[in-house]
Amino acid sequence: MAEYKWPAPAERTLIGKRFSRVDGPAKASGRAKYSYDYNPKGLLFGKVLRCPYAHARVTSIDTSAAEKMPGVKAVQVVQKAGTEILWQGDDVVAVAAVDEPTAEDAIRAIQVKYDVLPHNVSDAEPPPGAGEGPPGPMSEDDLDDALSNQVPEAQVISRLQKDGVTFQVTDDMVKELKGYGVPDTVINALKAAPYHPEAANQQRPPYQKMAAQTLGDPDKGFASAEVTSEGVYGASVITHCCLETHGSAAEWPSSDHLFVHCSTQGVSGLPGQYAQALNIPAGNVRAHQDNIGGGFGSKFSPDRWGIATAQLSKSAGGKPVKYMLERDSELMTAGARPSAFARVKVGAKRDGTVVAWQSNSWGTGGPAGAGSPPIPYVFEIPNQRKQHTAVRTNQGPARAWRAPNHPQAAVITMCALDDLAYKLNMDPLEFFTKNLEIAGPRAPIYKEEFPIAADLMGWKQKWHPRGDKAEGPVKRGVGLSMHTWGGRGHAGDCMMTIHPDGSVDIKLGTQDLGTGTRTAILIVAGDSLGLPMNAFSLNIGDTMYPPDGGSGGSTTIGGVSSSTRRASLMALDQLFAKVAPALGAQPGDLEAKDGTVRVKGDHSKSLSWKQACAKLGAMPLSVTGKNPGPGNLINSGVGGVQMADVSVDTETGIVKVNKMVAVQDCGLIINVKLAESQCYGALIMGISYALYEEKILDPVTGRMLNPNMEFYRLAGLRDIPELVVHMMTDPMNDNRGVIGLGEPPVVSPGAAISNAVANAIGVRVPFIPLTPDRVLAALEQQQKAGA
Amino acid sequence: MADDHEKTPSGVSRREFLKISGIAATVPLVVPQVVEAAGEKVPVHGPGKVPMSFTINGKKYGAQLEPRVTLLDALRDSFDLTGTKRVCDRAECGACTVLLNNKPVYACTVLAIEAQRQPITTIESLSTGGKLHPIQTAFVEHDGQQCGFCTPGFVIACKAFLDKYPHPTAEQIRYHLNGNLCRCGTYKGIREVVAQMSGTKGA
Repeated sequence: MAEYKWPAPAERTLIGKRFSRVDGPAKASGRAKYSYDYNPKGLLFGKVLRCPYAHARVTSIDTSAAEKMPGVKAVQVVQKAGTEILWQGDDVVAVAAVDEPTAEDAIRAIQVKYDVLPHNVSDAEPPPGAGEGPPGPMSEDDLDDALSNQVPEAQVISRLQKDGVTFQVTDDMVKELKGYGVPDTVINALKAAPYHPEAANQQRPPYQKMAAQTLGDPDKGFASAEVTSEGVYGASVITHCCLETHGSAAEWPSSDHLFVHCSTQGVSGLPGQYAQALNIPAGNVRAHQDNIGGGFGSKFSPDRWGIATAQLSKSAGGKPVKYMLERDSELMTAGARPSAFARVKVGAKRDGTVVAWQSNSWGTGGPAGAGSPPIPYVFEIPNQRKQHTAVRTNQGPARAWRAPNHPQAAVITMCALDDLAYKLNMDPLEFFTKNLEIAGPRAPIYKEEFPIAADLMGWKQKWHPRGDKAEGPVKRGVGLSMHTWGGRGHAGDCMMTIHPDGSVDIKLGTQDLGTGTRTAILIVAGDSLGLPMNAFSLNIGDTMYPPDGGSGGSTTIGGVSSSTRRASLMALDQLFAKVAPALGAQPGDLEAKDGTVRVKGDHSKSLSWKQACAKLGAMPLSVTGKNPGPGNLINSGVGGVQMADVSVDTETGIVKVNKMVAVQDCGLIINVKLAESQCYGALIMGISYALYEEKILDPVTGRMLNPNMEFYRLAGLRDIPELVVHMMTDPMNDNRGVIGLGEPPVVSPGAAISNAVANAIGVRVPFIPLTPDRVLAALEQQQKAGA
Repeated sequence: MADDHEKTPSGVSRREFLKISGIAATVPLVVPQVVEAAGEKVPVHGPGKVPMSFTINGKKYGAQLEPRVTLLDALRDSFDLTGTKRVCDRAECGACTVLLNNKPVYACTVLAIEAQRQPITTIESLSTGGKLHPIQTAFVEHDGQQCGFCTPGFVIACKAFLDKYPHPTAEQIRYHLNGNLCRCGTYKGIREVVAQMSGTKGA
């Protein structure tokens, strides 16, 4: 039996080296197909009529004129009269027509009447005492929110018992919750919860205070602090802005079989979601995706529009219908990162040791409020008092955004600590390093990373006490931040088949988000079987292949690399058993290297890979490697450090980043080149959200003011400075096994850039994005305070 | 405008010339309906589909399209040339960049009807017989792509840029390649592409 471990560093032929992505040529030549590109003969085009109001009730829908239009093949009411709409752009009616212009005309011919209701799109600081009243019965959203944000079990149970629920608890719901691993104690409390249907339609207060949390003795902590710093920090709502919008093409090969091409981060997870909504067995749903044009956490569900697309196809006799969101719908409805703000007080000893933290935080995730950010971030400050208020708004629903809640937590924590370092008259590098003792389980890695980052940035030469004293309006400064993430590989299966002619095919239901998943699978398989990467036929992105977890939370690389490694070793076990007699050896004495199967230590006893596979006889061998599985191939928990160098024009308020440095660990790295790409990409995305991105809603109309790519601004090539990435690749990290990398490097840029701006201009700009108006407002405050 | 009545060598005024070139020279082979607007006779195409013909990557294409259809949608939906991507659909992101008369344009803001009788070059023509254009090879080598959705537009933009500025300055690179947006953050690789192709230090 094979021992399930990674090959020793000296024996690796492909793992840990630098490879270009294997699907690079297809992407660069435009041949790579996306769901958006699915273009079968007879394709019908979908369009969706969307609610123009942030809060309204649908009172009547008249689709008769649209139905009579030539070329219109199906009309589907998505949210019927009587439904309360909670955000602008929510789906009301969908149509399918022979071409897109006809579908657009059909949408215009539909008459929908609304009762416009009062809206709230502001996530400004809640007034004192807000949200303190009884929370009332829990809605389904409240429950989901509590469960997905890890509200302590006892709290959820007590609320269910005391306040009850606004919805009927069904067997299906219980089954689903059990499937998510919700404990029986909570489920029993849910089943027994008093039912208050009348509360479902009641106007709910916009604020909800969460239970206060304390750790240690905050009063004593602050009493012992010799220096304290107070401030307000935060991050506005931003969107995902995937370049390929959400959407799908759906068709019914037979009346109870659905086939979808869906832009998704989780191919294997789709059938269950369609099945539930369409009342067909999940086994009758096939989902396929070759490539995805960005997801960043927002693409795990078929969504309302996706279900409607399948319904339209069904009404049109099963013909393929494609509906991809328009850019404005994408930005209004298809996901946003919750805002988070906090008033923070933090205290330290004169020597810089942080001893106490207090925060009153708030933020919005749309209609269901939002989970509280994990503050204080990274640092386990011994004495803490925290209170979070969720703000319910008609902003549109939040979705996981690359490293959910961490970038906001980093801004709040690292900026508050940077301000404290300023009050202590300490260089932040010295201050953060001094407090690494309370930096959690990854403290040793931070200790290694800080000097490397400082060296690459030239921190010692560039850092100056807060406020650049240089002449002229442009001020320069440096800042730093640090972050952590889990990233343990998700569950998934890899099926490997070795054919008697020597060909090898690999099947996984995973997806490649552009992170290099295909490339990583081939590196692991090639290294394991002693074959080049192009020796394999790799198939991913279809529910016909073994299920694999969704690509979120940096879980894909650990999942696919370990299942592929296990499948490879299992396959070799079986192959060696067939080949050993021909080489006059025991199976355990064989190895697969350099395109041969040979006796270890005696290369004269060797068969070419093809000759060896011929020993299989007529039938191929097929194995399925799983994660989790035997052997410690993967791990969890990384730490990274980033530094930013910025220039700020104090006359215009424009911030320009001059240089960024990222030092990052992620255990054993499968492909160093694409790991670095993840970090470069994260720095660029980070510069974008630190300086430019904000979902802006008009308080008067409740509508999004920038649902396009001109005023919802992404960083362009011109905005990107010199970027330096250093991956920690020493044996200590290597021995930990494979850990995910997608999320961690995107966490720190907001905080690092904000701290650099404070260092440059001598005053804190409280919130990101650090737009010119915010920078100028902070400078004006500073001037007033000085005058 | 002062030069409205400036005569061209053929003797027609520029204004008349524009009218002819903007409509008559680019429209389909059928006689359009003529209506009177503001006292002038104006040819009208549509509503409804009209025959159109195109020269794309050196090949002839024809389709019945409504005059309101964009070049981008014609390429993708009528001719299955899906390498050109629809992202913002209003000339903000560059994912739909194609060459029209060898000049880069955003295909989402060119009407198909206007793009007739002018050579159109799309990403599909750059690699022939599976052989990548050197710019495409450089995109792969420098990993100037992740999800790949902005890549075809960027490749075309880089090609047009390097054809015009074979040895660009850093500022030229920053200025001219700022009209294409990427969400995954591949600009560093793309700058390396340009640096390699032009033998310069890049942006």
